[in-house]
Amino acid sequence: MKNVFSAFIVGLIFGIGLLVSGMSNPQKVLGFLDLAGNWDPSLALVMVGAIGVAAIGFALARRRSQTLLNEPMPPLPAANSPVDRRLVIGSVLFGIGWGIAGFCPGPVLVALGLAFWPAVPVLIAMLAGFWVGVRRY
Amino acid sequence: MTIDWAQFTPWHSLIGGALIGLAASLLVLFNGRIAGVSGILSGIMQSGGAERWRWAFVVGLLTAPLLTSIGLALPQAAPVVPVPFSFSALASLLAAGFLVGLGTYLAKGCTSGHGVCGLARLSRRSLVAVLTFMTSAFVTVFLLRHVLGGGV
Repeated sequence: MKNVFSAFIVGLIFGIGLLVSGMSNPQKVLGFLDLAGNWDPSLALVMVGAIGVAAIGFALARRRSQTLLNEPMPPLPAANSPVDRRLVIGSVLFGIGWGIAGFCPGPVLVALGLAFWPAVPVLIAMLAGFWVGVRRY
Repeated sequence: MTIDWAQFTPWHSLIGGALIGLAASLLVLFNGRIAGVSGILSGIMQSGGAERWRWAFVVGLLTAPLLTSIGLALPQAAPVVPVPFSFSALASLLAAGFLVGLGTYLAKGCTSGHGVCGLARLSRRSLVAVLTFMTSAFVTVFLLRHVLGGGV
Protein backbone atom coordinates (compact mmCIF):
# COMPACT_ATOMS: atom_id res chain seq x y z
CA MET A 1 0.00 0.00 0.00
CA LYS A 2 2.88 2.38 0.80
CA ASN A 3 4.30 1.80 -2.67
CA VAL A 4 0.96 2.85 -4.15
CA PHE A 5 0.98 6.09 -2.15
CA SER A 6 4.59 6.88 -3.10
CA ALA A 7 3.81 6.25 -6.77
CA PHE A 8 0.89 8.69 -6.54
CA ILE A 9 3.09 11.41 -5.02
CA VAL A 10 5.76 10.76 -7.65
CA GLY A 11 3.16 11.05 -10.44
CA LEU A 12 1.96 14.32 -8.94
CA ILE A 13 5.48 15.82 -8.72
CA PHE A 14 6.24 14.55 -12.22
CA GLY A 15 3.06 16.18 -13.56
CA ILE A 16 3.80 19.50 -11.82
CA GLY A 17 7.29 19.35 -13.34
CA LEU A 18 5.79 18.88 -16.82
CA LEU A 19 3.49 21.88 -16.25
CA VAL A 20 6.13 24.22 -14.77
CA SER A 21 8.68 23.34 -17.45
CA GLY A 22 6.29 23.85 -20.37
CA MET A 23 6.51 20.23 -21.53
CA SER A 24 2.73 19.93 -21.09
CA ASN A 25 2.28 22.49 -23.88
CA PRO A 26 2.68 20.75 -27.26
CA GLN A 27 2.97 24.12 -29.00
CA LYS A 28 6.03 24.91 -26.86
CA VAL A 29 7.43 21.44 -27.58
CA LEU A 30 7.02 22.00 -31.33
CA GLY A 31 8.69 25.40 -30.91
CA PHE A 32 11.70 23.51 -29.53
CA LEU A 33 11.62 20.88 -32.26
CA ASP A 34 11.46 23.54 -35.01
CA LEU A 35 15.18 24.23 -35.36
CA ALA A 36 14.75 26.00 -38.70
CA GLY A 37 12.02 28.33 -37.46
CA ASN A 38 11.79 30.70 -34.52
CA TRP A 39 13.51 28.35 -32.06
CA ASP A 40 12.54 28.13 -28.37
CA PRO A 41 15.50 26.47 -26.58
CA SER A 42 13.60 26.04 -23.26
CA LEU A 43 13.21 22.28 -23.43
CA ALA A 44 16.96 21.72 -23.57
CA LEU A 45 16.99 23.16 -20.04
CA VAL A 46 14.24 20.74 -18.98
CA MET A 47 16.55 17.91 -19.93
CA VAL A 48 19.51 19.52 -18.10
CA GLY A 49 17.48 19.95 -14.89
CA ALA A 50 15.86 16.54 -15.06
CA ILE A 51 18.98 14.53 -15.90
CA GLY A 52 21.08 16.44 -13.36
CA VAL A 53 18.75 15.65 -10.46
CA ALA A 54 17.88 12.11 -11.61
CA ALA A 55 21.61 11.25 -11.84
CA ILE A 56 21.85 11.84 -8.07
CA GLY A 57 18.81 9.64 -7.42
CA PHE A 58 20.14 6.77 -9.54
CA ALA A 59 23.62 7.07 -8.01
CA LEU A 60 22.04 6.73 -4.54
CA ALA A 61 19.79 3.87 -5.67
CA ARG A 62 22.67 1.93 -7.17
CA ARG A 63 24.31 1.58 -3.74
CA ARG A 64 21.18 0.20 -2.12
CA SER A 65 20.00 -3.40 -1.97
CA GLN A 66 16.66 -2.31 -0.48
CA THR A 67 14.24 0.46 -1.39
CA LEU A 68 13.36 3.13 1.17
CA LEU A 69 10.19 1.06 1.79
CA ASN A 70 12.40 -1.91 2.79
CA GLU A 71 11.56 -4.00 -0.25
CA PRO A 72 14.36 -5.69 -2.20
CA MET A 73 15.65 -3.29 -4.88
CA PRO A 74 14.70 -4.84 -8.24
CA PRO A 75 17.54 -5.02 -10.78
CA LEU A 76 17.50 -1.98 -13.08
CA PRO A 77 17.72 -2.64 -16.83
CA ALA A 78 21.35 -3.24 -17.85
CA ALA A 79 22.82 0.04 -19.07
CA ASN A 80 25.19 -1.63 -21.52
CA SER A 81 22.81 -4.11 -23.13
CA PRO A 82 23.08 -4.24 -26.92
CA VAL A 83 21.44 -1.76 -29.24
CA ASP A 84 19.07 -3.62 -31.53
CA ARG A 85 17.06 -2.77 -34.61
CA ARG A 86 13.86 -2.69 -32.61
CA LEU A 87 15.20 0.12 -30.41
CA VAL A 88 16.12 2.22 -33.43
CA ILE A 89 12.94 1.55 -35.44
CA GLY A 90 10.77 2.22 -32.39
CA SER A 91 12.59 5.49 -31.67
CA VAL A 92 12.23 6.63 -35.29
CA LEU A 93 8.46 5.97 -35.15
CA PHE A 94 8.17 7.72 -31.79
CA GLY A 95 10.06 10.76 -33.11
CA ILE A 96 7.72 11.05 -36.11
CA GLY A 97 4.65 10.93 -33.86
CA TRP A 98 6.19 13.39 -31.40
CA GLY A 99 7.07 15.75 -34.26
CA ILE A 100 3.54 15.66 -35.72
CA ALA A 101 1.62 16.59 -32.56
CA GLY A 102 4.22 17.68 -29.96
CA PHE A 103 2.95 15.11 -27.47
CA CYS A 104 5.08 12.48 -25.75
CA PRO A 105 3.41 10.04 -23.29
CA GLY A 106 3.56 12.00 -20.00
CA PRO A 107 2.30 15.34 -21.32
CA VAL A 108 -0.68 13.66 -23.02
CA LEU A 109 -2.08 12.74 -19.61
CA VAL A 110 -1.36 16.14 -18.09
CA ALA A 111 -2.86 17.98 -21.08
CA LEU A 112 -6.14 16.10 -20.52
CA GLY A 113 -6.44 18.09 -17.30
CA LEU A 114 -5.83 21.32 -19.24
CA ALA A 115 -8.94 20.59 -21.33
CA PHE A 116 -6.93 20.70 -24.58
CA TRP A 117 -8.99 18.57 -26.96
CA PRO A 118 -6.11 17.26 -29.15
CA ALA A 119 -4.88 15.32 -26.10
CA VAL A 120 -7.95 13.07 -26.32
CA PRO A 121 -7.40 11.54 -29.79
CA VAL A 122 -3.64 11.37 -29.15
CA LEU A 123 -4.21 9.45 -25.90
CA ILE A 124 -6.70 7.02 -27.46
CA ALA A 125 -4.42 6.32 -30.42
CA MET A 126 -1.37 6.02 -28.16
CA LEU A 127 -3.13 3.38 -26.04
CA ALA A 128 -4.03 1.59 -29.29
CA GLY A 129 -0.35 1.74 -30.27
CA PHE A 130 0.68 0.17 -26.93
CA TRP A 131 -2.01 -2.47 -27.38
CA VAL A 132 -0.78 -3.43 -30.84
CA GLY A 133 2.75 -3.57 -29.44
CA VAL A 134 1.75 -5.74 -26.48
CA ARG A 135 -0.27 -8.11 -28.68
CA ARG A 136 2.02 -8.43 -31.68
CA TYR A 137 5.59 -7.82 -30.51
CA MET B 1 17.65 29.71 -37.10
CA THR B 2 16.47 32.54 -34.91
CA ILE B 3 15.94 32.31 -31.16
CA ASP B 4 12.40 32.91 -29.94
CA TRP B 5 13.28 34.99 -26.86
CA ALA B 6 9.61 35.83 -26.21
CA GLN B 7 8.81 32.16 -25.58
CA PHE B 8 12.08 31.25 -23.86
CA THR B 9 11.44 30.29 -20.21
CA PRO B 10 14.87 29.25 -18.90
CA TRP B 11 14.12 29.27 -15.16
CA HIS B 12 10.71 27.64 -15.34
CA SER B 13 12.05 24.97 -17.65
CA LEU B 14 15.10 24.30 -15.48
CA ILE B 15 13.03 24.13 -12.27
CA GLY B 16 10.29 22.03 -13.92
CA GLY B 17 13.00 19.72 -15.25
CA ALA B 18 14.49 19.43 -11.75
CA LEU B 19 11.04 18.43 -10.43
CA ILE B 20 10.85 15.72 -13.11
CA GLY B 21 14.32 14.54 -12.04
CA LEU B 22 13.21 14.58 -8.39
CA ALA B 23 10.18 12.45 -9.28
CA ALA B 24 12.40 9.96 -11.13
CA SER B 25 14.76 9.82 -8.13
CA LEU B 26 11.92 9.24 -5.65
CA LEU B 27 10.38 6.46 -7.75
CA VAL B 28 13.63 4.53 -7.98
CA LEU B 29 14.47 5.07 -4.29
CA PHE B 30 11.01 4.27 -2.89
CA ASN B 31 9.66 1.81 -5.46
CA GLY B 32 12.78 0.58 -7.25
CA ARG B 33 11.13 1.51 -10.54
CA ILE B 34 12.05 3.54 -13.59
CA ALA B 35 9.85 6.63 -14.08
CA GLY B 36 9.20 6.00 -17.76
CA VAL B 37 5.67 7.00 -18.64
CA SER B 38 5.35 4.79 -21.73
CA GLY B 39 6.61 1.78 -19.76
CA ILE B 40 4.30 2.47 -16.83
CA LEU B 41 1.29 2.75 -19.17
CA SER B 42 2.07 -0.24 -21.38
CA GLY B 43 2.87 -2.19 -18.20
CA ILE B 44 -0.73 -1.69 -17.09
CA MET B 45 -1.84 -3.54 -20.23
CA GLN B 46 0.81 -6.26 -19.89
CA SER B 47 0.00 -6.95 -16.26
CA GLY B 48 -3.75 -6.83 -16.86
CA GLY B 49 -3.98 -3.83 -14.55
CA ALA B 50 -2.89 -5.82 -11.50
CA GLU B 51 -0.01 -3.59 -10.38
CA ARG B 52 -1.66 -0.82 -8.46
CA TRP B 53 1.38 1.45 -8.18
CA ARG B 54 1.14 2.00 -11.95
CA TRP B 55 -2.42 3.27 -11.66
CA ALA B 56 -1.43 5.48 -8.72
CA PHE B 57 1.32 7.12 -10.78
CA VAL B 58 -1.16 7.82 -13.60
CA VAL B 59 -3.70 9.28 -11.15
CA GLY B 60 -0.93 11.54 -9.80
CA LEU B 61 -0.14 12.78 -13.31
CA LEU B 62 -3.82 13.46 -13.99
CA THR B 63 -4.16 15.30 -10.65
CA ALA B 64 -1.25 17.69 -11.26
CA PRO B 65 -3.11 20.18 -13.49
CA LEU B 66 -5.90 20.45 -10.91
CA LEU B 67 -3.39 21.51 -8.25
CA THR B 68 -1.69 24.11 -10.38
CA SER B 69 -5.01 25.60 -11.45
CA ILE B 70 -5.69 26.58 -7.83
CA GLY B 71 -3.17 29.34 -7.59
CA LEU B 72 -0.06 29.01 -9.72
CA ALA B 73 0.00 31.12 -12.85
CA LEU B 74 1.93 29.16 -15.44
CA PRO B 75 1.45 30.78 -18.84
CA GLN B 76 3.85 28.32 -20.49
CA ALA B 77 1.98 25.25 -19.21
CA ALA B 78 -1.00 25.35 -21.55
CA PRO B 79 -1.28 25.78 -25.32
CA VAL B 80 -2.09 29.37 -26.26
CA VAL B 81 -3.23 28.97 -29.85
CA PRO B 82 -6.64 27.28 -30.04
CA VAL B 83 -6.73 24.29 -32.39
CA PRO B 84 -10.01 24.34 -34.32
CA PHE B 85 -11.55 20.92 -34.79
CA SER B 86 -11.18 19.46 -38.26
CA PHE B 87 -11.09 15.93 -39.61
CA SER B 88 -7.61 16.44 -41.03
CA ALA B 89 -6.35 17.61 -37.62
CA LEU B 90 -8.06 14.61 -36.02
CA ALA B 91 -6.42 12.22 -38.50
CA SER B 92 -2.98 13.74 -37.83
CA LEU B 93 -3.46 13.50 -34.07
CA LEU B 94 -4.60 9.87 -34.28
CA ALA B 95 -1.60 8.99 -36.46
CA ALA B 96 0.73 10.84 -34.10
CA GLY B 97 -0.63 9.10 -31.01
CA PHE B 98 -0.43 5.66 -32.61
CA LEU B 99 3.20 6.20 -33.66
CA VAL B 100 4.08 7.43 -30.14
CA GLY B 101 2.44 4.37 -28.56
CA LEU B 102 3.85 1.70 -30.87
CA GLY B 103 7.24 3.41 -31.20
CA THR B 104 7.85 3.79 -27.47
CA TYR B 105 6.64 0.23 -26.90
CA LEU B 106 9.15 -1.14 -29.42
CA ALA B 107 11.96 1.08 -28.10
CA LYS B 108 10.99 0.28 -24.49
CA GLY B 109 11.02 3.93 -23.50
CA CYS B 110 10.24 7.54 -24.34
CA THR B 111 11.43 11.00 -23.33
CA SER B 112 11.17 10.08 -19.63
CA GLY B 113 12.37 6.45 -19.58
CA HIS B 114 15.25 6.86 -22.04
CA GLY B 115 15.62 10.66 -22.07
CA VAL B 116 15.68 11.32 -18.33
CA CYS B 117 16.24 8.04 -16.47
CA GLY B 118 18.37 6.33 -19.13
CA LEU B 119 20.71 9.26 -19.71
CA ALA B 120 20.94 9.91 -15.96
CA ARG B 121 22.35 6.40 -15.49
CA LEU B 122 24.54 6.56 -18.60
CA SER B 123 22.75 3.82 -20.53
CA ARG B 124 24.17 3.34 -24.02
CA ARG B 125 20.85 2.03 -25.32
CA SER B 126 19.09 5.13 -24.02
CA LEU B 127 21.65 7.43 -25.64
CA VAL B 128 21.02 5.75 -29.00
CA ALA B 129 17.24 5.98 -28.45
CA VAL B 130 17.38 9.68 -27.53
CA LEU B 131 19.63 10.65 -30.45
CA THR B 132 17.33 8.68 -32.78
CA PHE B 133 14.00 10.07 -31.62
CA MET B 134 15.31 13.64 -31.37
CA THR B 135 16.65 13.48 -34.92
CA SER B 136 13.44 11.87 -36.14
CA ALA B 137 11.34 14.58 -34.46
CA PHE B 138 13.52 17.46 -35.74
CA VAL B 139 13.28 16.09 -39.30
CA THR B 140 9.51 15.53 -39.01
CA VAL B 141 8.87 19.11 -37.83
CA PHE B 142 11.18 20.47 -40.53
CA LEU B 143 9.33 18.55 -43.25
CA LEU B 144 5.87 19.46 -41.93
CA ARG B 145 6.55 23.16 -41.34
CA HIS B 146 9.12 24.13 -43.95
CA VAL B 147 8.74 21.67 -46.82
CA LEU B 148 5.11 20.54 -46.88
CA GLY B 149 3.72 23.56 -45.02
CA GLY B 150 1.18 23.29 -42.25
CA GLY B 151 1.23 20.63 -39.55
CA VAL B 152 -0.96 20.47 -36.47
